[in-house]
Amino acid sequence: MSIGHTLLGLLESGPRHGYDLKRAFDEHFGQDRPLHYGQVYSTMSRLLKNGLVEVDAVEAGAGPERKRYAITDAGITDVAQWLARPEKPEPYLQSTLYTKIVLALLTGRDAAELLDTQRTEHLRLMRGLTERKRSGDLADQLICDHALFHLEADLRWLELTAARLDKLAEAVRT
Amino acid sequence: MGMRFAAGGGREGWIRTALTAAGVALGVAVLLIGASVPTLMDAWHGREKARENLGQEHPPKAGDRTVLYSPADTTFHGERIRGRLIRPDGAHPPVPPGIRRLPGPGRMLVSPALHKLLASPEGALLRDRLHYTTAGVIGDEGLQGPQELTYVAQSDTLRERDGYRVDHFGKSWDPAPMRAPAVVLVIMTCVALMTPVMVFIGTSVRFGNERRERRLAALRLVGADVPTTRRIASGEALFGSLLGLLGGGALFLAARQLASVITLWEINVFPSDVTPALLPAALIVLLVPSAAVLVTLLAQRGITVEPLGIVRNRPPVRRRLWWRLVLPIAGVLLLFPLTREQPWHDTPLNTVRLAAGSTLLLFGVTALLPWLVDAVVGRLRGGPVPWQLAVRRLQLSSGSATRAVSGITVAVAGAIAIHMLMTGMQAGYQAAYAKSGRIPQIGFWGSAADWPQTQQALTSLRATPGVTKVRGTVIANIGRLPAAGVDTSRDVPSTVALGSCAELNRLVHVPSCRDGDVFIAAPAREAARDIGLAPGATIDLNPPRDYGERTAPRPWTIPRAARPAPSRALSDARPFAYDLLVTPAALGADRLSSPDQELRVDFDRSTPDAVEHIRNTAARINPSMFESSSIDNPHDKQYGGVRNALFLGAVITLLLIGAGLIISTVEQLHERRRLLSTLDAYGTRRATLGWSVLWQTTLPVILGLALALACGLTLGALLLVITGSGVTVDWPVVAGMAGIGAAVILFVTALSLPPLWRMMRPEGLRTE
Amino acid sequence: MTPEGSLLAAEGLSKAYGPTPALDGADFSVHPGEVVAVMGPSGSGKSTLLHCLAGIVAPDRGTVRYGPHTLTGLTDAQRSALRRTDFGFVFQFGQLVPELTCLENVALPLRLNGTRRKDAERQARDWLEQLEVEGAAGQRPGEISGGQGQRVAVARALATRPRVIFADEPTGALDSLNGERVLTLLTNAARDTNAAVVLVTHEARVAAYSDREIVVRDGRVKDMAGRI
Repeated sequence: MSIGHTLLGLLESGPRHGYDLKRAFDEHFGQDRPLHYGQVYSTMSRLLKNGLVEVDAVEAGAGPERKRYAITDAGITDVAQWLARPEKPEPYLQSTLYTKIVLALLTGRDAAELLDTQRTEHLRLMRGLTERKRSGDLADQLICDHALFHLEADLRWLELTAARLDKLAEAVRT
Repeated sequence: MGMRFAAGGGREGWIRTALTAAGVALGVAVLLIGASVPTLMDAWHGREKARENLGQEHPPKAGDRTVLYSPADTTFHGERIRGRLIRPDGAHPPVPPGIRRLPGPGRMLVSPALHKLLASPEGALLRDRLHYTTAGVIGDEGLQGPQELTYVAQSDTLRERDGYRVDHFGKSWDPAPMRAPAVVLVIMTCVALMTPVMVFIGTSVRFGNERRERRLAALRLVGADVPTTRRIASGEALFGSLLGLLGGGALFLAARQLASVITLWEINVFPSDVTPALLPAALIVLLVPSAAVLVTLLAQRGITVEPLGIVRNRPPVRRRLWWRLVLPIAGVLLLFPLTREQPWHDTPLNTVRLAAGSTLLLFGVTALLPWLVDAVVGRLRGGPVPWQLAVRRLQLSSGSATRAVSGITVAVAGAIAIHMLMTGMQAGYQAAYAKSGRIPQIGFWGSAADWPQTQQALTSLRATPGVTKVRGTVIANIGRLPAAGVDTSRDVPSTVALGSCAELNRLVHVPSCRDGDVFIAAPAREAARDIGLAPGATIDLNPPRDYGERTAPRPWTIPRAARPAPSRALSDARPFAYDLLVTPAALGADRLSSPDQELRVDFDRSTPDAVEHIRNTAARINPSMFESSSIDNPHDKQYGGVRNALFLGAVITLLLIGAGLIISTVEQLHERRRLLSTLDAYGTRRATLGWSVLWQTTLPVILGLALALACGLTLGALLLVITGSGVTVDWPVVAGMAGIGAAVILFVTALSLPPLWRMMRPEGLRTE
Repeated sequence: MTPEGSLLAAEGLSKAYGPTPALDGADFSVHPGEVVAVMGPSGSGKSTLLHCLAGIVAPDRGTVRYGPHTLTGLTDAQRSALRRTDFGFVFQFGQLVPELTCLENVALPLRLNGTRRKDAERQARDWLEQLEVEGAAGQRPGEISGGQGQRVAVARALATRPRVIFADEPTGALDSLNGERVLTLLTNAARDTNAAVVLVTHEARVAAYSDREIVVRDGRVKDMAGRI
């Protein structure tokens, strides 16, 4: 999971303080692992360096918590590229895929598109496994089955998520 | 709970219940009508008894309370009209029921039906014949039935010799015992009507059974146990049959209103006469619902309702033949000995044997049909696709189709047997009519006064339009003079015919004849030889008319000049029945013992209403004359009526059974809508599946009809032998029944096609 | 416009059942010997697309081309005839005629095409052997297992050597092992005969037997290979 892309995505809806960013992140993605302030500031400084964000305003009284960040055009392009790029199918992808879906929704992008892209990527791998299974021996078949079932589980979860998108969209936007 | 299901099962549940109820209602109505027959016949006979007096053993002397009475029946366009002439002797004559006061001179009272006929334009000729003034209408208690044509008229001209004197109406006499064919016919009708009704009620109770069973399975799934499902099923059947019972009662009440316009076997009664006897009615009310429950429980025994569906405990078991054959064979064995007992004796034992034998034979058909369908269908192989689909379907489960068809089978077998019996009897009548009715001729008999009056009658008949030839004489019995040791009352009487030379010449060859001549018919008949008819012999003009009767002899000597005269072959092929022929001057009619005039009238069939004109003339001559003619074959009409009734009954039964078949077919289609959609996806032609539905209906119906024909013809043939009639097969009726069967097949198929095509739509493929 | 070399192609298909649109401008194409998986959520119009492509249902708008024929321009009878000769079908369940033996079931489409009974049943026996269910030949569908039944159904779909096989959730009612065997046999047979397969499924493992997949969503088709 890429914290940088996630924070960038959160900024797309409007400039935020570092503190706001942490709160939004925790609310949507941080159930198990809330973000430290330190992580936020180090990430933001890296993004600033790369020109993906800029400091929008500094409020009276010094201190890093007073800075308000805004996303740059380069930042928006970076987020779009990240979202459109399918993840390499591998076990336990959920958190990344989930983050992508929520961000897609938050940024008003088409989440179904994302799911379809991912499914195609999954299927590409699954086809290969199925073909191997057809010609392979028992050991091959067992190994391929294991992978196939896991990949299928990912996709099923994706399908379910897609089906729930409408509800999710309401929850996210409020 | 079952009742609630039957009533609250939605639209489909209601349709099922309604069909069961309709079937049961029809059956119950027929049963109720059957149960009314004894009451009906009692009422019918009772009214006839109360109004009639056929003559008293000791005729009363003319007095204040007597009436001179004479039948004056006539026929008009084939309709019999019962007529009675009266002439009161005093101020207080007896009055028959339905009449307040006897009509005055020249007046008559008529039945409502006759009143209508007389008032109608068609009744013009009849108005001439019944020239009395209509003074009123006879009440219902004076009529046998609402359609009866009858009148009572006071005639001034009614002479003593034309009638007899009575001092009361109402007779104590038992109806003549019915002849064997009639008894057999009545028994058969009851059996043939009741058997299919019973089978039909059994079938009706199971209309839409497959659906019902599936619903019971659903109930098991939510926790109902087996006894509960049985109770529910029984409750449903009970509900349907109770509704049917109510409907049957209503139908019966409605149907009996038709009684007044229906005439069967010349019996026409008032609706109120059609009242079931108490005991049979109670039995119907009790037994029909119990039978419905019983049938349901029996059907339930064959299946186990499991939560996930119906398990049939009888998977394609081989149906055994032997016990199925026991029923019809037992029936034939009961009937067969009766064929050797000629003539038929109407004993209670024979009646029971006949009824039991016929019933067993008819029920045997229902038992044989499932086996036959299995046996035949099991042997069928190959064939085109629709045929294969139908045959395989029947091989897998022929039960429901066979059950429905067995109703058809019994009904048709019964109808054919009855019809054959009637045809056989009819053939006998027709042979008789063919012989006598070939020649257009009417005969009249009546008391004669003297020759001039008869001569006048002949003249007026000859002047009637359409008449071609008339012959007539005054005839009377003659015998030998009583002598010691001879009982002349046991002689076969000889006949004397009195007429003018011209009239006599129509009977015998008399080359020369003058008034005063006497002839002896040659060759002599046996009766003539017995009494020694010869010129110069003395004979008795007043011979006894009854065994043991003694009469005062009235001797007369045959003139020595009497000549033999060769008899002519009579144009109407009647046996020549005259021994002595005399001219009026030789022997006066007044000297003969109760002389009759015999008039035979030939007419031209092409003259319209010739017969009715002749009858009018005859009525003017003497309304009390009896008509003997072969013009109207009364059996034809009655036969036609029964045939129509049989066909109507068969059609209604077959239609109802067709409805049952449609339900089971559509249910079956519904069950396999997914399969049908698949077959459609495969590009199966609609026609292919349509034909398969057709075959699926056709096979059991054809087998059922074949079995019905075999059984009906066997039964009919046995019955005809029992009644001593020649065995003839009425092929038009056989063809008619086969035609009705074909119509049912087409009807069921035609009505099954729209649902079939609807089921073939791709909607059946949708799973979500 | 029809993609180069395609066997069956559809353009702008729309079909509504009552007020609900099941298809709303769907495009599709399949090449000979190609296995295409049709995926998508429930109620997205997968089955409707299959029904329109196979000529079972006439679309409200749009055209379906099959070789030189325009399916959408044919009469009902002509489409039936085409389905008899050129298409084969496998459904999830309930497709075998319960009163016919398995052999007769497989022979049925051949006989509908006018093949004589003897020939049809001989060919049917070969197909049953190929699908490894020759033992079920004389049995009725009610007497065999679901896996066997589905193989008989595949044998029946293949019997007429169709150019396109339409399979709607063919393994939906089977366990994994039976399902895989049926799919392997089906796709192998299709490859051998160079037949196209349109495989409607919601399972990725089933779709993995395809050469490419399309997704139906809200009545529209998304071709993931970037083709129309």
